[in-house]
Amino acid sequence: MAAMAQSWATKAGIGKVAMFFWVLLAALPLAGFVTDSPSFDYYMFMGQSMLIYAIAVLGLNLLIGFNGQISLGHSAFFAVGAYTAAILMNFGGVPYWLTLPIAAGVCFGAGFLFGFPALKLEGHYLALATFTLAIAVPQLLKYKAIAGWTGGVGGLLLDKPDPPFGIPLSADQYLYYLCLVVAMVVFWGVFNLLRGRSGRAIMAIRDHGMAAGTMGIDTGLYKTVTFGISAGITGVAGALSAITIAYVAPDSFTLQLSISFLVGLVVGGIASLPGCVIGGAFIVVVQNSSQSISDWMKDTFSLRYDVPAWAIYGTLLLLLMFFLPNGIAGGLAVLRARLGRGSRQS
Amino acid sequence: MDFFIQQIAAGLTNGAIYACVALGLVMIYVSTDHINFAQGEMAMFATYLAWAMIDAGVSYWVAFGATILIAFASGLFIQRVILKPLETAPVLALVVCFIALLSIFNALAGMIWSFTIKQFPSPFPQRDVFGNGLVSVQQIGVVTVTLLMLCLLTVFFRFTTLGLAMRAAAQNATSARLMGVRVSWMLALGWGLASAIGAIAGMLVAPIVFLDPNMMTGILVYGFAGALVGGIANPLGAVAGGFIVGVLENLVGSYIIGNELKLSFALIMVVGVLLLKPAGIFGRVIVKRV
Repeated sequence: MAAMAQSWATKAGIGKVAMFFWVLLAALPLAGFVTDSPSFDYYMFMGQSMLIYAIAVLGLNLLIGFNGQISLGHSAFFAVGAYTAAILMNFGGVPYWLTLPIAAGVCFGAGFLFGFPALKLEGHYLALATFTLAIAVPQLLKYKAIAGWTGGVGGLLLDKPDPPFGIPLSADQYLYYLCLVVAMVVFWGVFNLLRGRSGRAIMAIRDHGMAAGTMGIDTGLYKTVTFGISAGITGVAGALSAITIAYVAPDSFTLQLSISFLVGLVVGGIASLPGCVIGGAFIVVVQNSSQSISDWMKDTFSLRYDVPAWAIYGTLLLLLMFFLPNGIAGGLAVLRARLGRGSRQS
Repeated sequence: MDFFIQQIAAGLTNGAIYACVALGLVMIYVSTDHINFAQGEMAMFATYLAWAMIDAGVSYWVAFGATILIAFASGLFIQRVILKPLETAPVLALVVCFIALLSIFNALAGMIWSFTIKQFPSPFPQRDVFGNGLVSVQQIGVVTVTLLMLCLLTVFFRFTTLGLAMRAAAQNATSARLMGVRVSWMLALGWGLASAIGAIAGMLVAPIVFLDPNMMTGILVYGFAGALVGGIANPLGAVAGGFIVGVLENLVGSYIIGNELKLSFALIMVVGVLLLKPAGIFGRVIVKRV
């Protein structure tokens, strides 16, 4: 994976493809004006989830893929973001859109603070500490002393926001656009961060921490700040999920959420920005079609049991690590390089 | 005072189980430098196998022995088939593999045996030892089994050629290979042993916490904490660490923070030890050569 130093994020020329892609995503809800399918709002909701997961995976990718710090605890920052938004909306009467930057700030702080001890930890140890964090968080959220704010085991129920200024969109169409705009801003920000001097420093630390230090990069500061930014981005995704689902509860933020981010990261591609969108979409598709995948597998392999989504995730992770360690985006990049070489020779 | 003694006894019982889990983690860490996140789920799966056997009418101790053998074989198998090809892979690939194994075992157990809680029989009677309600036979039994296993392992590593070969492979793979030790197979044996120890831990804890696919998640975290407190490169230290964590967890839980925040306490212990004394109480500080 160190060979991914030449990542798409730092290459020029991808702009047109990316632009086309974002325009396509922005045009999707317009289909709602020509179709009268009753499940259209549900598709919009799936779209929101995909974008939210894409943002969360982006946060994780910034840390793992670009900075080389392994975290299995990003469900915790997702939870902090979601609860920040929920508590502000529920008790503070803060408008939903204002909760996003606040959640980003709170999670940046939380990530920065957790990043401090993480500085001394590397590789397996960091994975271990964050693994523990992911397991401790649901229990912490249920704690009685803060149940007045968090709603305890039952969680908090919120109101779904309506489109402002009388825009003629359904609530789900509008929320899709909200997620899309936030995703574009975050992706644009990370793209620019990685393209510049700071981005090169972040990646240099991943490739060879000690060499980066000798070149004058303050590795400690860069690592904690990257941890903070990563947590902040994932926190924004958490806040968006609280707004779109209009409900938060402790048991949505388990280790399994962290694992699904990791699945998105590995499937999409480590250290790839387009890979985050692929990964985000993938998580939602598998979650929603796990029943039909299970049925198909039962028929094809004449199994006696239902195949749970987690077995599919796990098997897929293993297969990818063996056959496609750079994920779908990495595979596409290899394919593109091969095709490009072929056409030049001819 | 009675309450205090009860808490210590319960803490030692839990500690024995954490010690087993920690020992399994250390086995794998010493030989390969990996932290096996799937240790808990592998133990859980083995415990389900034991349950299925007992449910089918096999006697407890036969099922106990058979499960340990199956767990040993599957640990060996996992190392040979999944981890050996990744020997030179970066840390992230290994962590992803362990997480994948964790998901697969958890999902498989739920798929085959459903997620409903099951009762697991205990070989030890529930009655008191002294008749004053302080210490039960069950608790003494769990601690005894752990200590017995520790003695067996010590004998194995100290006094057998195979044990010596395994230690050599873990300490200096290149020299061991030059001396004719098949290092790669020694690592596989380590995995087999770790998996078998995990199975014992699972079968000891299942009567206490009941059997369900998520029963080992919290225990694994305490096992981590125990291994780190004692020193993750030191088997005896890990066992001591497991007992320390078990007792502390119970005392802190019942006197200071209450049972609802026990996992957060484990988190604080893990982060605290990693920060303040990464080598653990009994571990040696390893100086990295650049």
